[in-house]
Amino acid sequence: MSDVHLIRVVVNGEPREAAVEARRTLADVLRHDLGYTGTHVGCEHGICGACTVLVDGAPTRACLMFGVQADDCEIETVEGLADGDELNALQEAFSAHHGLQCGFCTPGFLMLATALLRENPSPSDAEIRDAMASNLCRCTGYQGILEAVRAAADGR
Amino acid sequence: MKPAPFDYHRVDTVEDALERLGELGDDAKVLAGGQSLVPMMNFRIVRPPALVDITRVPDLKYVARDDGTLRIGALALHREIEHADDDLLGGFGVLKAAAPLVGHFPIRARGTFGGSVAHGDPASEWCMLTMLLDGEIVARGPDGERVIPAADFFLGFFTTALEPGEILTEVRLADPPDGAAIEEFARRHGDFAIVAAAAAVDVEDGACTRARVVVGGVDEVPLRVEAAEEVLAGSDLGAEAIEEAAQAAARAVEPGSDIHGSAEYRKKLTAVLLRRALTRAVGR
Amino acid sequence: MSADGASPDGRAHGAGADDGRWVGRSIRAVEHRRHLTGTGAFVDDLQRPGLRHLAFVRSPHPAARIADIDTDEARATPGVEAVLTAHDLGDTAPLIPALARDDFVPVEMPLLARDRVRHAGEPVAMVVAATPHAAEDGAERVRVTYEEETAVASLEAALADDAPAVHDEAPGNVLLDARHADDDVEPDFEGAAAVVEATFRTGRVTAVPMEGRACLAEWDRREDRAILYTSTQVPHIVRTAVAGILKLPERRLRVIAPDVGGGFGQKCVVAREEALTLIAARAVGRPVKWVEDRQENLTAGFQGHDQRYDVRAAFDEQGRLLAIDADIVCDVGAYSNHPFTCGVEPLMAAAELFNAYRGSRYRARGRAVATHRPPMAPYRGVSRPQIVLVVERLLQKAARELDLDPVEIRRRNLIPDDAFPYATPSGLTIDPGSYREALDRCAAALGYEALRERQRAEREAGRLMGIGFACFAERTGYGSQVFSQRKMTMTPGYETAWVRMDPSAGVTVAIGTSGHGQQHRTTLAQIAADELGLDPGRIEVIQGDTDATPYGWGTFASRSTVVGGGSTKLAAIRLAERLKRIGAHMLEAAPEDLELRGGRVVVRGAPGHEVALEDVARLAHLEVHRLPEDIEPGLDAHASFDPPGTFSNATHGAVVRLDPETGAVTIERYVVVEDCGVMINPAVVEGQVRGGVAQGIAAALYEEVVHADDGQPQTTNLMDYLVPTAREIPAVEIEHLETPSAFSETGAKGMGEGGTMGAPACIATAVADAVAHLGIEIDALPITPEWLLQALEAARPAQRGAA
Repeated sequence: MSDVHLIRVVVNGEPREAAVEARRTLADVLRHDLGYTGTHVGCEHGICGACTVLVDGAPTRACLMFGVQADDCEIETVEGLADGDELNALQEAFSAHHGLQCGFCTPGFLMLATALLRENPSPSDAEIRDAMASNLCRCTGYQGILEAVRAAADGR
Repeated sequence: MKPAPFDYHRVDTVEDALERLGELGDDAKVLAGGQSLVPMMNFRIVRPPALVDITRVPDLKYVARDDGTLRIGALALHREIEHADDDLLGGFGVLKAAAPLVGHFPIRARGTFGGSVAHGDPASEWCMLTMLLDGEIVARGPDGERVIPAADFFLGFFTTALEPGEILTEVRLADPPDGAAIEEFARRHGDFAIVAAAAAVDVEDGACTRARVVVGGVDEVPLRVEAAEEVLAGSDLGAEAIEEAAQAAARAVEPGSDIHGSAEYRKKLTAVLLRRALTRAVGR
Repeated sequence: MSADGASPDGRAHGAGADDGRWVGRSIRAVEHRRHLTGTGAFVDDLQRPGLRHLAFVRSPHPAARIADIDTDEARATPGVEAVLTAHDLGDTAPLIPALARDDFVPVEMPLLARDRVRHAGEPVAMVVAATPHAAEDGAERVRVTYEEETAVASLEAALADDAPAVHDEAPGNVLLDARHADDDVEPDFEGAAAVVEATFRTGRVTAVPMEGRACLAEWDRREDRAILYTSTQVPHIVRTAVAGILKLPERRLRVIAPDVGGGFGQKCVVAREEALTLIAARAVGRPVKWVEDRQENLTAGFQGHDQRYDVRAAFDEQGRLLAIDADIVCDVGAYSNHPFTCGVEPLMAAAELFNAYRGSRYRARGRAVATHRPPMAPYRGVSRPQIVLVVERLLQKAARELDLDPVEIRRRNLIPDDAFPYATPSGLTIDPGSYREALDRCAAALGYEALRERQRAEREAGRLMGIGFACFAERTGYGSQVFSQRKMTMTPGYETAWVRMDPSAGVTVAIGTSGHGQQHRTTLAQIAADELGLDPGRIEVIQGDTDATPYGWGTFASRSTVVGGGSTKLAAIRLAERLKRIGAHMLEAAPEDLELRGGRVVVRGAPGHEVALEDVARLAHLEVHRLPEDIEPGLDAHASFDPPGTFSNATHGAVVRLDPETGAVTIERYVVVEDCGVMINPAVVEGQVRGGVAQGIAAALYEEVVHADDGQPQTTNLMDYLVPTAREIPAVEIEHLETPSAFSETGAKGMGEGGTMGAPACIATAVADAVAHLGIEIDALPITPEWLLQALEAARPAQRGAA
């Protein structure tokens, strides 16, 4: 391995460290060095958004960032959304409105929606649609995802 | 699609960045938002042996106003432009209007204005608007700082006047136009435009005193189309003048062809998009 | 559709609806929790001690001889442990997908190319390394010397007189040439009031599941068995095939489909990489993982729907369809897939062309032609998107020629309610459905009359708006009798379910279907729950593990609810009978007087006279000395189901708007009226409709796999291959009708492919409707803005540039 760096990150509130080769993306590092396999890899060129996580609160395509760049950062992944066994309102909404089928794109959409609703707690339907158009889903045709985010925003 | 090996260096001042680039040689690359560079590395289309990560240089992250000049720090995020204060932008509101066209929400949360300009994609909104508004690019290198007019900055596809070892630190826009707009056409929301047209006009007593027109996606660089500008200058900027300018632009451009659009189609889009951009810029 | 009765952990609970039945309710999917919390396990999530990683060297050329492969530099790459070529694979049996038909040419699909490559992306060598990064480093250092040859890069090129042969065994590049029907159609054409003749063309597309292929192979030395985890839709088919290829006794191979991130048919065929990953693991003595990257998936993965139809149709003066004469050609790429073969597209096309419409006579020829492009697999819809497009456009053209309303001509030709069972001219028998009602309700939902008015007004103002429809019959849930007609080397079709109750009265259903987003673990539990009087939350469905499930066929062809659901129901009924027999003994009642309700065995009409299932289960497992002599210990039941098949139906309707300046098409409304019989879980049905419609719209307007004339792939990433986003896909309005199937135990019909079948035709007819007055025909997909703009300008140069 060439050029290995020690990084310290906080993932879902938990301090972690890893020694990573510079060319490993944040997606690689989260999934295989730190064991957070909930974040998925769908394209490795920043189009599908399956790898979306929050880095210092910002929605980030983990395939477009190297793990070494995340040193000292706070990262939030899908594994951090639920409170123990209790799903949060957004996760509940995705289930209630059938915003998922095979589940592969789901973590990316959840983190994307989390970022949207933090920045804009009362988005219009058009704003939800624009933001959710950042990621690709092949199973649902998107309607369930949009309804889920709408419901979560409305506090339903 | 894993990148080729490289050495990683992180700096937190411009000086350190320059020093490190000097040591690493011409093939080292600057890493900012990474939204354009990293996909190319993942495809192994580019294989820099070293990256100098400047994302944590605090001095490069600003959008500021000095009298009439808008100064955009290289690391200002797309979203900072998207959410910028209208008063701060002043007559450069076209930047804020264009921001939602730049990629998608997450791209805008990490991608940088300077990174986009330094990348030099001729259809990208910031390259086009920098060209349109006669922006000046400030670069710092081992020999000090220099200011490069936009017209001299974009040299070809993904090729700019930045020398190896130089870092783009700021883009300056002075002299805001009376009206400006950008229109683009893409197959899907958020895609790079197949063709985009941007127009900036100045008006006095109902006549156009200056017109600038830039079209992207029809050349290796964001293209100033003088043929269209000549039609508009002195005109009343009415529907007829706008149409004539649009057609003049369509005749003037010599685009290439690819699977997203033939040369012929790009010429047609040039006319359509320029007409729409001018109509909006003029405020009709 | 809101869920009901679901507890926070996603499991169904509670009393539920008044009648206590679970079938028909949109209960929360059990599968959701893991995906919402990121605790799913897709193949790449799996770790093993000592895991190695596999990368493939793939041909950059579409057609070439391999002169030499030099692996020295690759072997010397840091992290690389092994480099294997075709000569290093050990003793393997060839993979030769076949149909027992004289008009079919079988060709071998090599695991790794030996002396030539036949498509860009074909695997030539493989590299095992400590990390996927190092494996890729090694792969790019394998030096292959190619002697390039002229590539056959399209259907048209394959059929040209001087075309090179992709396979020496297939002269003229024809791998299948089936004369499906040969009625004497000429009298119909001679006497016709209208003859419509056209050539239709649909572009090649690819499934793009969000998870590409992935395999993890390990050899268990203690058990002397191999385990292959693979992202597949068909675990048993993979097991049988890969064991055969590796000459391994099938009992020593276990195939597991863990969580699978979508398949859509791309994963219902065996991939070379599945066998190769096992071989690599055996070679290095360590577990090996291969994860297909998106570039591989788009350029080397199985593709489909690349078809041409030269068609004539004859109509009488009432617009009734008399006869169709069709010449169907499918570009199936360089190899056949296993097990369905390259014949599946032309054969299904020829067998179903009339689809939901009546006719009398039929002549059809279906050919599969080979090209130097990736091989075809049965991507969702499998020729039905194409045939529905063809027949809808034929009707639309005839309507124009005969001055009939497009809805009216469909009404006159759809199978009427009194015609079932209906024997089609192509040889199918269609069971009852709601064809005319679906059309009427779809037209009403759109407000058809008002739309025509609006269209007139818009046209006068120079705006282009169109209304389109697609009516179709979806063939689903068919068993081995139907499959046997295809003459595959093995005959799929049936399913077997094992339904077992444990001592605590919990139930497991083990079955060979293999869900990958269809929520089988929920719907099959709903079916079993109704028979057992239990809450679905107490029923565990096990799929995707060949060690734990009966031999079965996986999930494809819209079969799982009918065939899997049917066998589940039958097995659950048998278990219920067993429970009643034991309950009868415990209650001193007659079994026929007993019911299973609310987790108890109750005597009908005698409240209080009941026993808990826990007590029955305890007796059956743990206190068998108290059972009567004629009752065996245990609570296992199994049943198989092998139905003839059943057709669901739907009508899709759409309103589109065209931008006359750019050629862009916007979908203003999209309505689906669908009838899949009894819905087990309406929310699941709606999800399938929406997802299918999205893929169908994509095929109509956005997606195409493009190869240049020299065979070089042009759409190698997601910037070039345009999968639509939430901005491009409209909200789909869905109405349900219900014509229960007499051929499925639950009354359900399959419907998973309907969305993809109807949407391309619906969009094409809508766009055609918008521009027919300009003399523009829409006979090819995808409809690109550039093409449309060119057609609009050619049709009306005087209006160029008008707003």
